[in-house]
Amino acid sequence: MNKKNRIEISIDQKKLTAFEGQTILEVADAYGIEIPTLCSHPDLTIKASCRVCCVEILGKEAFAPACSTKVENGMEIITLSPDLRRAREINLELIFAQHCQKCPDCIWQFNCQLLNLARKFEIRINKFTDRKIAYPTYQFGPAITFDSSKCIDCRNCVEVCEKQNVKFLEVKERGHLFQVVPSRSEERDCIYCGQCVVHCPVGALEAVGEFEEVEKPLWEQGKTVVFQFAPSVRSSIGEEFGLPYGTVVTEKLTAALRKLGADRVFDVGVGADFTTVEEAKELLERLESQKNLPMFTSCCPAWVRYVEFFHPELIPNLTTTRSPHIILGGLIKTYWAEKESVDPEKIVVVSIMPCTAKKYEIKREELKINGLRPVDHVLTTRELAYLLIKHKIDLKTIPPEPPDYPLGSSSGAGLIYGASGGVMESALRTAFEKLTGRKLPRIEFEEVRGLQEVKKASIKIGQHQLSLAVVNGTGNAETIINQLKSNPREYDYIEVMACFGGCIGGGGQPVPTNAKIRRARAKALYQADAAKEIRQAHKNPEVVEAYQKYLTTKEKISQVCLTKFFPKEKEN
Amino acid sequence: MILVTMAAQSIIEKLKASNLLGRGGAAYPTWQKWTAVKEAKADKKYIICNASEGEPGVYKDGFILENYPEELINGLKIALETIDHSRAYLYLRHGYYQRFKKNLEKLTRGLPITLFEKSGHYISGEETTVIATIEGKRQEPSLKPPFPTQAGLWGYPTLINNVETFYYVSKIEKDSYHQTRLYSVNGEVENGGVYELPLNWPIEKVLKETKNWPGFDFFVQAGGGAAGEILLPEELGQPIAGAGAIIVYHRQKTNPLTLMKKWAIFFMDGNCDKCVPCREGVFRIAEMLESEKVDRKIIDDLCFVLEKTSFCPLGRSTVIAFRSLTNKLLSCQYE
Repeated sequence: MNKKNRIEISIDQKKLTAFEGQTILEVADAYGIEIPTLCSHPDLTIKASCRVCCVEILGKEAFAPACSTKVENGMEIITLSPDLRRAREINLELIFAQHCQKCPDCIWQFNCQLLNLARKFEIRINKFTDRKIAYPTYQFGPAITFDSSKCIDCRNCVEVCEKQNVKFLEVKERGHLFQVVPSRSEERDCIYCGQCVVHCPVGALEAVGEFEEVEKPLWEQGKTVVFQFAPSVRSSIGEEFGLPYGTVVTEKLTAALRKLGADRVFDVGVGADFTTVEEAKELLERLESQKNLPMFTSCCPAWVRYVEFFHPELIPNLTTTRSPHIILGGLIKTYWAEKESVDPEKIVVVSIMPCTAKKYEIKREELKINGLRPVDHVLTTRELAYLLIKHKIDLKTIPPEPPDYPLGSSSGAGLIYGASGGVMESALRTAFEKLTGRKLPRIEFEEVRGLQEVKKASIKIGQHQLSLAVVNGTGNAETIINQLKSNPREYDYIEVMACFGGCIGGGGQPVPTNAKIRRARAKALYQADAAKEIRQAHKNPEVVEAYQKYLTTKEKISQVCLTKFFPKEKEN
Repeated sequence: MILVTMAAQSIIEKLKASNLLGRGGAAYPTWQKWTAVKEAKADKKYIICNASEGEPGVYKDGFILENYPEELINGLKIALETIDHSRAYLYLRHGYYQRFKKNLEKLTRGLPITLFEKSGHYISGEETTVIATIEGKRQEPSLKPPFPTQAGLWGYPTLINNVETFYYVSKIEKDSYHQTRLYSVNGEVENGGVYELPLNWPIEKVLKETKNWPGFDFFVQAGGGAAGEILLPEELGQPIAGAGAIIVYHRQKTNPLTLMKKWAIFFMDGNCDKCVPCREGVFRIAEMLESEKVDRKIIDDLCFVLEKTSFCPLGRSTVIAFRSLTNKLLSCQYE
């Protein structure tokens, strides 16, 4: 192994030890020295285009961007000086001149990187006229909006879209300037993953807010509003209220939703337990019949759309099990409605999701049960935080309350759905016991955990030696799909999540989202799992009860828990 | 084998002894670039002759392509012989490609030299952008390091030199280089054209010796017709920098704001729009000149970020022209 060389540098006259190969920004971060940044995102290549992070290096005439300049032995760096301040101010004013301020309508208003920099440097945000005032706003499906009049041309979205192998957002040269635009090619379409949203430094890309639609039934007579929140939301939403990364706030979140006006609050982790039971069942059936293998997970709607649009040939390989919040929404409008004698038509189900693609998923016609959509609205983690702040509900101080019975208490397996590898691990925890009848010797499948883009593992279940792959990022999924072309049976079971690190890095999650933050959010979910007494989906008493009392026939199971997929045309 | 190595050494020695500096504008010692690429360890290497000549008022590369193409190709041949496993590209601006293609094809027959027709604007003459253009990527500069000599075209060590540089490499090899350079003299002059004259001649002498010293009140843009510095007659005792253009303007007949607008539009069209100061700063300067409301303080601010924070030399280079013009020609009118 190559040992990195230690070097000596100084930042603002302080002598520091750094490693060869580090950038100035990395060293500054490590020592807690703050350098303002905007276009820099650790998930992406260094573009060094916003020029806000420029610093002075002794002996160099021009300033150097901290994000891209590597430290050298003896380098003397200044991060604050009147000249630097002047340069940052002017560059920020120029950036603001291409970002039409629509702050009062922007959900980033409480947490806007650009606005914070503007305040910090006391710049005149309207020194120049907005040059993008006539630029259009695009909407991609029911999921994402792109207000190109806010775009600052950093191209992070274009890069991340390419990294996803979607290549829907692209640069178009127009006159003497370029614009970021959605592709008009018939071969390309948005999969609604929302990675562009979490990598946009200025909120030009956002989820389609459904605030009014969610707020209205809260005060309307005769509506029963049921909120359900996804596994990963509990370990991320606290960030929006100043809690440390990886703080699990399940019960505070429940209390906050009740305060907002929810009649019931359920946990999508329970939905995940149902998904696990059905998916494990389907896996075992396919292994038995040796048909439609490898089986791919399908609880990520962006991945499903990726398959339906780019790889319809893989549709038979997707598990037909519905995603957790769709199953739970369906159970709320059938099982729970019956139990509570509530008219299903009067129920409004709102899912709090880490995801923008879930807004698209709920509109899929084939999911309807007796003509009703299982879920009526989806709010992203960010959107809920915005709504809570707007209603002056402080998650940080609110006393915790447990979610409601009978769909509010998840197994540990349901919680880890929020991290890449979690669906696979949950399914294995159940499939192993279902097939062998033996107790799992070890409940944790460490091999499929972690943020690596592609994880591979092998496990023996009964007479089957299963070859497994866990992938996050559709670009990485494409690599696996290509592998399958040469060896179709290389894997038996493949989990794909469109977002980096799985749902904890989802397109609906708080900004910033990066590897460090994703790690903290995932770790918190695994800790929450470890703390649970019941850690296998099929052992969750609420699940067992529902199968005994409601999901008693094949028809009912199929109606609530299973779905179909179809090849898709370009819609955007 | 030994002979080849000795020959290779001797050309680099000769380049060093001649003190030849790159003639594309950046004036980097040629022998250092050659040594870096020669010594880089790689199974493939590239040589690029840059004939993009994108700045107004500069015609020297075209002059060589027209009058001394054999000398240029000989310079490239020397580079191919000096650098192991190398292939070359001759990167020509559209007009030059059209005009000289036939003759160059004849001259490069049997040699590993590919003629490449450049597309795009001024920025596509910047060395890392040249590489991006040949690779078919968006035309914009990339981060340095790695420098092209380390990882250039398709990741291989790459030597990029200007047409005039290769022309003089050929002369140096033949021991017929006498510390000259090419001057593109144009504008309001009697005898405009490209002249080969000693390197160290003051601009004044170049104008006088070529019978171009104006008989009227004038100023000069020296280097290139967009990024070159504005010099007043009393400042012409210095030798030329940049790409060697000397453009003469009639002081009374030239509206400095119109001239500055011309540059601003040239840079706005010619830049890549990657970094904020160059994309937005140049846009705002052009906007201001368009509306004829010139705020010296704002121009000064924009020049400051262009100079101090631009991504590539193009952005930094815009400042010299803007600043020298505002300082020297606008002082009475607009202060």
